Amino acid sequence: MNTPKGLKYAKTDEWVKLDGDVATIGISDYAQDQLSDIVYVEIVVEAGDSVSKGDTIATVESVKAAADVNFPADGEILEINEALAETPETLNSDPYGEGWLLKMKLSNPAQLDALMDADAYEAYNESREG
Amino acid sequence: MIEPTIYELSQPGRKGVAFPESDVPAYDLPAGFAREALKLPELSEQDVVRHFTHLSQLNYSIDGGFYPLGSCTMKYNPKINEEMARLPGLANTHPLQPIETVQGNLYIMYQLQEWLQEISGLNRVCLSPAAGAQGELVGALIIKKYHEINNAPLRTKILIPDSAHGTNPATSAMSGFKVVSLPSDARGNVDLEALKAECDETLAGLMLTNPNTLGLFDENVLEVIQLVHEAGGLVYGDGANLNALLGVVRPGDLGFDIMHFNLHKTFSTPHGGGGPGSGPVGVSEALAEFLPSPVVTIIEKGDEETPPFFGFYTPQHTIGRMKAFYGHFGMHIRAYTYIAMHGPAGLLDIAQKAVLNANYLMAQIKEDYTLAYDRTCMHEFVVEGAWEDIPDIHALDISKRLMDYGYHPPTNYFPLIVHEALMIEPTETESKQTLDAFAKAMKAIAKEAREDPDLLQTAPHNTPIRRCDEVKAARDLVLCCWIPE
Amino acid sequence: MFTPHTPQEIEEMLKVVGVETIEELFEKVPEDFRFPELDLPEGLSEMAISAELKELASGNATTEDFISFLGAGAYNHYIPAAVDMILRRGEFYTAYTPYQPEVSQGTLQAIFEFQSLMTELTGMDVSNASHYDGATATAEAANLAYHFFRGKRKKIVVSRSVNPQYRETLRTYMQGLENVQVLGDEPAAGVSGDLNKLLALTDKDTALVIVQYPDFFGRIIDYTKLIEAAHSQGALVAFVFNPTALGLLKPPGEFDVDIAVGDGQPLGIPLSYGGPYLGIFTIKDKYVRKLAGRLVGETEDETGKRAYVLTLTAREQHIRREKSTSNICTNQGLMALAATVYLSLLGKSGFKQVAELCYQKAHYAAEQISKVKGYDLAFPETPFFHEFVVSTPEPVSMINAHLQEHGFLGGYDLSLDYPEMKNKMLIAVTEKITKQDIDDLVAVLEEAHHD
Repeated sequence: MNTPKGLKYAKTDEWVKLDGDVATIGISDYAQDQLSDIVYVEIVVEAGDSVSKGDTIATVESVKAAADVNFPADGEILEINEALAETPETLNSDPYGEGWLLKMKLSNPAQLDALMDADAYEAYNESREG
Repeated sequence: MIEPTIYELSQPGRKGVAFPESDVPAYDLPAGFAREALKLPELSEQDVVRHFTHLSQLNYSIDGGFYPLGSCTMKYNPKINEEMARLPGLANTHPLQPIETVQGNLYIMYQLQEWLQEISGLNRVCLSPAAGAQGELVGALIIKKYHEINNAPLRTKILIPDSAHGTNPATSAMSGFKVVSLPSDARGNVDLEALKAECDETLAGLMLTNPNTLGLFDENVLEVIQLVHEAGGLVYGDGANLNALLGVVRPGDLGFDIMHFNLHKTFSTPHGGGGPGSGPVGVSEALAEFLPSPVVTIIEKGDEETPPFFGFYTPQHTIGRMKAFYGHFGMHIRAYTYIAMHGPAGLLDIAQKAVLNANYLMAQIKEDYTLAYDRTCMHEFVVEGAWEDIPDIHALDISKRLMDYGYHPPTNYFPLIVHEALMIEPTETESKQTLDAFAKAMKAIAKEAREDPDLLQTAPHNTPIRRCDEVKAARDLVLCCWIPE
Repeated sequence: MFTPHTPQEIEEMLKVVGVETIEELFEKVPEDFRFPELDLPEGLSEMAISAELKELASGNATTEDFISFLGAGAYNHYIPAAVDMILRRGEFYTAYTPYQPEVSQGTLQAIFEFQSLMTELTGMDVSNASHYDGATATAEAANLAYHFFRGKRKKIVVSRSVNPQYRETLRTYMQGLENVQVLGDEPAAGVSGDLNKLLALTDKDTALVIVQYPDFFGRIIDYTKLIEAAHSQGALVAFVFNPTALGLLKPPGEFDVDIAVGDGQPLGIPLSYGGPYLGIFTIKDKYVRKLAGRLVGETEDETGKRAYVLTLTAREQHIRREKSTSNICTNQGLMALAATVYLSLLGKSGFKQVAELCYQKAHYAAEQISKVKGYDLAFPETPFFHEFVVSTPEPVSMINAHLQEHGFLGGYDLSLDYPEMKNKMLIAVTEKITKQDIDDLVAVLEEAHHD
């Protein structure tokens, strides 16, 4: 399983890449693997929306499962990845690159401190496989 | 061979049925509303009959063989049921006819209500819900309205054991409740400590399937119900598994406040390839006035000379109407026929043989498949469809391989709390010979899994089609066939 | 009868299980309540139950014995013999939901063809595998709209000329959703010219506007302006349609509606005292992820052969659980099959002909009945399909009692649902009614007048 260093990970399998106060958010390699073939992504927020930690960002559906993706922090949406609507399989093939879901401006970047780093997330995934 | 679609078979100019010419003068259509084109297929009657006969031959069915689909109660559907539902005197009655012209229908519905009350130990039954899921919705809405009327609007929490059907949480959410999942204990019962922790002033009710989806009778059912009642909640019984309880125990006697019946499971009305079902709901005396409308009732009592006069009744606090008219009357006739033919002794026989068959089959295969819970089961049981020493074989592979042996697979991947679940419900109508043959196939597959796993992974081999590309179906989304221009 | 066990087999089976008696298997059932005496009549033989039900059935008046002018949501159409012959095939009616596509292609392809026929009939993009009936399909349309707006729009606007039972069902379904209001069909709205009222109610808080086409009174109303206005507020629009009418009339899709629902009973399904019927549910493409109920899609098997599967199942209750749009599990599989066989048999020309016969005969009946003294068309200026409202000189129940004595089932008494419609009868005419039947009816009405 690919778990790039330098990103932050949530227990609910979102990753966050921080650049100043702008965060890019996606779902982890582990999450896409668990879901298997993703057939649909619906991002339920728009650029300009103010959002709170814990709100649903998106719904991801595979043939056998559906999962909600949640905001790891408060902020304002800057941009969403429109291309995913047409090519949801990108989430399987490139979860950390072309498969990003959205970019947001964080109002309180310190909220991300509660997330895991790559090592902790890998350990967490191993414990779940148990 | 691929069966063409009706549109591919169509030949311009063909006709399957002729109607008489109009015997009245012609009247013009209103301007601006006339339809330009309606591209329906054009076929002869024989074309149509052959096409659908071919399609039917691609199906597995109870009439064709053993169908141990857990929690679906795929028992034999007696043919007399079909004859009775089609009696012209019943099938050709319009739902809005004056009630004095349909007393025969109302008698059947009233009797069925009474019988379901007697069988369940509940006080009042309404037949209108269209299916089990709608029966559940009725139950959840009754719980909601009951608390509203009793000035407890803050009771917004519904407890659902983790072994429940997915419908339960969906129903609760549709009714505006917050859903809290309850874990099962090591013996497959509701975890009493977890239940106690949730019994507070926000508790609206508990939705309980008993026997549960593991096929186990909850050993603490009386205590579970008592705890919920003491906390001010109501207990809803999912009647999906009632087949195990006919004449054995009445849910109303155990303290259940509400339950739905699945006439298409317990009372042998056919599953129809996915419907129509029928999901009457029974309630305790305290909830009788919350039932959906209408309920069939006696309007004028009869005496020795005149029969009672039947009509409809709208309960005082009714949650409202669930559908048009009075429910799936055609299914009511079938269930009426079935219960009338069985009587009390016959109903008990159903439950006894259903439970005997399940335990017998479980005993036959438990050497080869790990039981989720090794204790006496009711009408169904759950095994793990996987082995630690062959990690690449899954429940799905076993299911697909069973098709090669001529069987419909059990329910797969449900209940969710069992790893690689295979849920097996033989029903009472299957003979010892059928169960023996099925057990033999299960054993053979367990052996194949070790000796030739590829045989399972590439199964089925003898079916009209092989495994399907479900990802393509979902990504490309073709929901309608080619229609000629 | 239906349990095949011989005493000897029971013995052998108990031995394998490891118990002495069947009763031992029920030890976990609380003893105080175990094996109650059920107060039910003793079981009957097949011959006896058959005789009993025939006796009960013979006491009913039926649409075969009487000339029926009842409609109001259930219609007495001719059903070709081949429809029921197909439905009686055990391979169809004793199968269950096609979860395992390898052994369910028959049901799957039939539903796929049903979906295809429904999209063609309605002019909509997508049809699901069906809902319970027209009433629940209407309620589920509101459910879809509510979820489409993620609960942010709280108003469902519904016309008073939508089937009253459908509106009741809609309200039942909406009571679980937070703060949702169903409005627009209050008595004050009136049954004619209520379009302005609906227009006034439709705003940025409206999720869905529901109208019927033809409406409950059989009228063909032009909703174009209402649809434009609703869309300009961002609201969705649903049509409740009668499928037979679509044999002649412009389909809902051409009016740019978002959802079109209806009851498929007129498509080869017996009256059967109100059920089982068939809920037709069709939508524009963009709502497919919020669609409740089953969907069949085309795909290939691993050898490349065309095949059908249940698809987009991740939307449904067994996976989405409390987040699904609806809790619906089943569809009306066998009833959808009936509609598919019916439309295949009637085909392009036959279905249109049935619609024309209904239209022509209804118009002849309206013309003749309105010539009887005391009888007038309630909406003489409005076009209609195969149902129309007549003002009667006396309460409808009295007229119907008289008609019954002469072998007719009269029309529906609208005062039962509409207090403002005293002495108004809703008359339905299908292809099964002959000119002679209509002339006979008129003669009885005239005669009654002279009594």
